[in-house]
Amino acid sequence: MALKLADYKTDVHNDWCPGCGDFGIVNAIQMALAEMGVQRDKATIFSGIGCSGKTSHFINTYGVHTLHGRVLTFAQGAKIANPEMTVIAAGGDGDGLGIGAGHFVAAGRRNVDMTYIIFDNGVYGLTKGQASPTLKLGEKTKSLPSPNTNFNVNPIGLAVASGFTFVARGYSYDIKHLKDLIIQAVKHKGLSFLDVLQPCPTYNDINTRDWYAGTDLVDEAQKRHSRIYKLEEQGYDPVVHYDSVPEVNEKLSQSLIKSLEWDTKIPTGVFYKNELISPYTQRLQDKIPNYNENPPAKQNISQNGKPISDISAILDSLKV
Amino acid sequence: MSTADFTWLIGGPQGSGVESGANIFSKVCAEMGYQIFGKREFYSNIKGEHSYFTVRICDKKINSNVNDVTLMVSFDAETIFRHYDEVISGGGIIYDLDLEKSKTDDVSTLDGPFKERLHKELESQNKPFTIAGVLDIAKEKGVTLYPVSFKSILATLAEEKENPRLKGLVRMFNVIGVALSLGLVKMPPDSLKKTIGDIFAKKPEIAKINQETANYSYNYAAAKFESFNHLLTGTEKEPNIILVQGFQGTALGKMACGCRMQPYYPITPASDESVFLESNEIVEVSGDRPGSTAVIQCEDEICAMGMTIGAALTGTRSSTCTSGPGFALMAEMLGWAGINEVPIVITNYQRSGPSTGLPTRHGQDDLLFAIYAGHGDFPKIVYASGDIEESFYDTGNVFNYAEVFQVPVIHLMDKFLASSVITCKIFDPQKIVINRGKLLEKVEDGYRRFAFTDDGVSPRSRLGIDNGIFWNTGDESDEFGHISEDPISRVKMMDKRMSRLDLILKEIPRSQQVVSFGIEEHTIISWGSAKGPILDAIDMLKKEGISIGYVQLKLMHPFPADYVISLLKDAKTIIDIEANQSGQLGKLFKQNIGRDIDYFILKYSGRAMTSTEIYNSLKKIVENKSNKREVLMHGA
Repeated sequence: MALKLADYKTDVHNDWCPGCGDFGIVNAIQMALAEMGVQRDKATIFSGIGCSGKTSHFINTYGVHTLHGRVLTFAQGAKIANPEMTVIAAGGDGDGLGIGAGHFVAAGRRNVDMTYIIFDNGVYGLTKGQASPTLKLGEKTKSLPSPNTNFNVNPIGLAVASGFTFVARGYSYDIKHLKDLIIQAVKHKGLSFLDVLQPCPTYNDINTRDWYAGTDLVDEAQKRHSRIYKLEEQGYDPVVHYDSVPEVNEKLSQSLIKSLEWDTKIPTGVFYKNELISPYTQRLQDKIPNYNENPPAKQNISQNGKPISDISAILDSLKV
Repeated sequence: MSTADFTWLIGGPQGSGVESGANIFSKVCAEMGYQIFGKREFYSNIKGEHSYFTVRICDKKINSNVNDVTLMVSFDAETIFRHYDEVISGGGIIYDLDLEKSKTDDVSTLDGPFKERLHKELESQNKPFTIAGVLDIAKEKGVTLYPVSFKSILATLAEEKENPRLKGLVRMFNVIGVALSLGLVKMPPDSLKKTIGDIFAKKPEIAKINQETANYSYNYAAAKFESFNHLLTGTEKEPNIILVQGFQGTALGKMACGCRMQPYYPITPASDESVFLESNEIVEVSGDRPGSTAVIQCEDEICAMGMTIGAALTGTRSSTCTSGPGFALMAEMLGWAGINEVPIVITNYQRSGPSTGLPTRHGQDDLLFAIYAGHGDFPKIVYASGDIEESFYDTGNVFNYAEVFQVPVIHLMDKFLASSVITCKIFDPQKIVINRGKLLEKVEDGYRRFAFTDDGVSPRSRLGIDNGIFWNTGDESDEFGHISEDPISRVKMMDKRMSRLDLILKEIPRSQQVVSFGIEEHTIISWGSAKGPILDAIDMLKKEGISIGYVQLKLMHPFPADYVISLLKDAKTIIDIEANQSGQLGKLFKQNIGRDIDYFILKYSGRAMTSTEIYNSLKKIVENKSNKREVLMHGA
């Protein structure tokens, strides 16, 4: 039975602030799942803590709302145990790039075949607007007593440097484009990262919807232009096509350079994509020949309440 | 038949093959029918610091080390300085002749406080601060000295075998030491040759050199050494005995009972278990295709715990293995597993705390922390094994507890157990029962993960099965798993989860909760690895006509108060024995039972208890000469 968009929605009351960018992300995830026809009970949405952490409750698949900074650890554990599942992890920028930064880097090295979406708004919304890791040095959002004293993290650059094999950025008010990016991310063989710019209407009065739309910017022809643009419309090629050091280095470097663009021009779309790096499940399969067909979650461990694991060879080797 | 009770000590700098020497020695003795109890002590260091192994060999079952050393073998000065006084009158020391002139100041790894104590002793006996000085004291005490030049053994052998390379092979000093010892005690030589062949089975050339060296050294000792009072010529061998290392009990238990995922972060003394599991990651399955354990080395213990929970949500039996500092990092997630009723097992090989403490030393330090870990009230089980053999079967049980009661289980092991080597009856996997509780294979419509039920346990779906959709959250939730802050629902959910504590006490068989070894006027309560030394000390006292009772607690939380009260009603004097500073079980006992502990026997020097120490302390208590709190100090 074909599933409709409505099938992926729960009837849980959504208590995000009116106008919150998070709505667009949840819609885009639901649209992507519907378009891909992912069976509801073959997908799990993991989420962290904060406003974005509630995401898993609004999507009618398996949903695991975890702890601050730790969403990737739960998600990777589940995916490794049951690699058949579609796994999407979601969390805020404070969650993933502050308290969870260590897991972010380690996850990149592992390259488990799943998707991580960061709701990137520069503030800790649910605790009333403190500065989060992506807020620029010296900026003072509404509820900060004084300007931000920390330099900002570059999420795209960090992802590329950590080994994520698909790195992209979307914008929460361009839902169709975001949905397309999510589909690409989910279909990617390896760990995909999606940095989603998501204005917080309540606490971030700098990076607002209007700011992204460029209402303050006029070009030489006195025309307004949006800050957001799409890499794919500029002939940017993010894909590592063959396995050579110069090719990989070129694609890595161009994505890093692109990731530094901000202020008046903000790129969205796919920055980097490399499917020549083996996903973690493949690395396990290389060690354990039947891992994919008989992963941990599928293994039979008992018969009539008795173990069927046969450890006699090891026990015999210990015999004296 | 004469009874043998022999303790052999080998020491040397870390990295010099002390452990493999001890393994060969233990295996030879076990092959010849003896029961073994061996234990390794080592510094937090890779190379150079002092490491030593004591192997106790007996012709009946033993459960601990004793203070007395019968024979010591040493190829470095530090071992002699640190252990010469442990060798008994009538015992022996085999040592490298070339060390005789070594001064205490020549040994850079002798730390200040120790050197000061040693100098004081040497001064009082009017001896020089040299190896010759300490050996003089030993000799005057009645210890036989067996000087031998390890270098000239290699040199002669090199000449004899026309292999000049042999001359410089100092890393064979360990094998020389083992073979000299076995020659001295007249152990039949065949088992030595066989054991070396087994250990180096994959490297036949190395096996051959080692066998030749061993053979030469064995004959050297047999021909040139003055005869020794204590011989080990073999004894009747019991069938189906294994020689097993501490961490292998829980590891093999996990393989047998179907644990299929173990994320972990390296930490002493827990990592050995995970490394063993990964080394044996493919698990044979009778009548089916092979299974496997996914052992994942994580970036930290938090990730290890997160992955363990994530895997458990898919219905996989999963666990992690850590020690105190790592367990401390897991505390937040423990609460998440608690509120979400996720069955996981955390094997905690405790060590000496607080903080980094003594990272490679023993301590039963985490009992109260394990019980109270995590913020807020949630049900969990804390379970403690007393020896390696029971840890195998207990591992099977703790996975059942986790799944039947849908709670996290902390399985307390410790460094003493991890680095012991024992002989015991071969593990019988068929004695393990697998009970997965209310884990669902098929799910009906309208499923609610946290549905209220009569017994407080809800049927459990798992991520990825048809129709089984559920939600989890660290927030308080409704029956579906969605966030709920409703006050009435909150109280119901809390009571539902916490009702599990009574259920646990009701459902777990009493024989798995507490083991009574008899109740006497003086009765010991204890937990964990103190069991071995306690049992042996009780045995020693029994021979003198003194009976001491002993109750071993295994289910530490929820505390089986009623059962313990009923067991102890005829015990007049309660003695708490454990390896920590504050007497943590004693506190728990008082809190749950309201009864005071009469005597504490505690050890927190980082070294494991010996039965000799416990025997001495118990005797003082019985003779009414003991302080309320006895602190044990044996061990270098």
